[in-house]
Amino acid sequence: MTTDSTSARLSIYDAAAANRWRTLLLIAVFTALIAVLAYFVGEYFAPGGGIAALPFAVAISTGSALVSYFAGDKLILAQSQARELGASEEPQLRNIVEALALGLGIPSPKIYVIEDSAPNAFATGRDPQHASIAVTRGLLDKLDRTELSHVGNRDIRVMVLVTVLVGTVALLADWMWRSFFWTQGGRRDRDRGGAGAIIAVIAVALAVLTPIIAGLIQLAVSRQREYLADASGALLTRYPPGLASALRKIAADKEPLEVANKATASLYIANPLKDAPAFFDHLFDTHPPIEERIKRLEAMD
Amino acid sequence: MEIVVVLVIIGALALFFIATYNRLITLRQRVKEAWADIDVQLKRRHDLIPNLVETVKGYATHESTVFQKVTEARAAAVAAGSSASPEQRAQAENMLTSALRSVFAVAENYPQLQAVQEFKDLSENLTATEDKISFARRFYNGNVRDYNTSLQTFPTNVFAGMFGFKAEQYFELADATERAVPQVKF
Repeated sequence: MTTDSTSARLSIYDAAAANRWRTLLLIAVFTALIAVLAYFVGEYFAPGGGIAALPFAVAISTGSALVSYFAGDKLILAQSQARELGASEEPQLRNIVEALALGLGIPSPKIYVIEDSAPNAFATGRDPQHASIAVTRGLLDKLDRTELSHVGNRDIRVMVLVTVLVGTVALLADWMWRSFFWTQGGRRDRDRGGAGAIIAVIAVALAVLTPIIAGLIQLAVSRQREYLADASGALLTRYPPGLASALRKIAADKEPLEVANKATASLYIANPLKDAPAFFDHLFDTHPPIEERIKRLEAMD
Repeated sequence: MEIVVVLVIIGALALFFIATYNRLITLRQRVKEAWADIDVQLKRRHDLIPNLVETVKGYATHESTVFQKVTEARAAAVAAGSSASPEQRAQAENMLTSALRSVFAVAENYPQLQAVQEFKDLSENLTATEDKISFARRFYNGNVRDYNTSLQTFPTNVFAGMFGFKAEQYFELADATERAVPQVKF
């Protein structure tokens, strides 16, 4: 993920290829994790049941991984109640997006609007050929052409660089949570011998750890990505203050975005939930503090 | 035994040549594709200008020199578009850009014109096209740089000429302020 921070211009071709590999690797790790989890949970409920549970677990986790990979963008857009723009709607936004796509040598992404007054935006898609960008009505109303262009630029770059990864992580982490809760149901306490106790401990540990691991991967990727994306976005336009002023306007708005949820929050340019309690001390933030991002952008100038 | 060694060396060399040749072909193809993106936008701009001139003329009747200039610049840019090198085309397009600016500068003086929907649409379209040219140019130049760099580095530079690979030209805009900020404001 350091491809871009070192060189002024990222080779879009290399980035897209690297991104595809990372996504595949991630899906493999996810499938393996779920399989291991299922095995131990199966052993926990009935000795010897682990092997029986394995094929189901692999089928389910592979299935969900494939769904997130191929239909993840559509799921995310549907969850966000985004509506695809008609050909003649918002010509300015369309022009900006088309120009940015030209700058990266990718096909113009599909454009979606979320009818919500909170300013925010995200891009999604498994590769540049299947990309979509969604902006809220609030963003369209509050930002001028230049600021919109910087937000769009940043989002489209994120999409090419890491969103496939992050989008997949978001959905997979969501799946992990669900499989975690699913395995919680019907748990019974039994007296067991030595081996059973060990398996029980491992099963419980995995059941507890899996969602935490899922969450942490998601957060780590997501937060680092925000800085990186800000920096690389600013590099393309060579005008960091443009993005900084856009972020400032977004930060000034205190209204949460209703259609965003835990799984999709990390995709947005700024945290759409706006509910981070102070005592978590940023450990579970999906985004770095916006003031910090603005500061870094201004330092680049 | 020696024959095997010789064959292995020849085989390795052949593989190296094939890989380098294919890499250069890929890079050159990317340059061409990127150029096609610029070309489309330049042509789009040429197509928009007559409409703009007609619209502004209706309100700004005493500015005939400005219109003549932009019409001539457009004709020169269209002519350059059919055959000239990127460098010559860039020159013609730069002339056209500055002529266009003077049209918009003139239009500023006519408030009624600013309110006309057709003029608004045209200026949005021209601003957008200008943006697109600027972004497409950046992408093109990046690809040219990648291609030229691999042409000029050892060992590719030794035999690239033999296969007929030549360095490509950058597409440069003369205006330095434009280079600093891609968004063009009229």
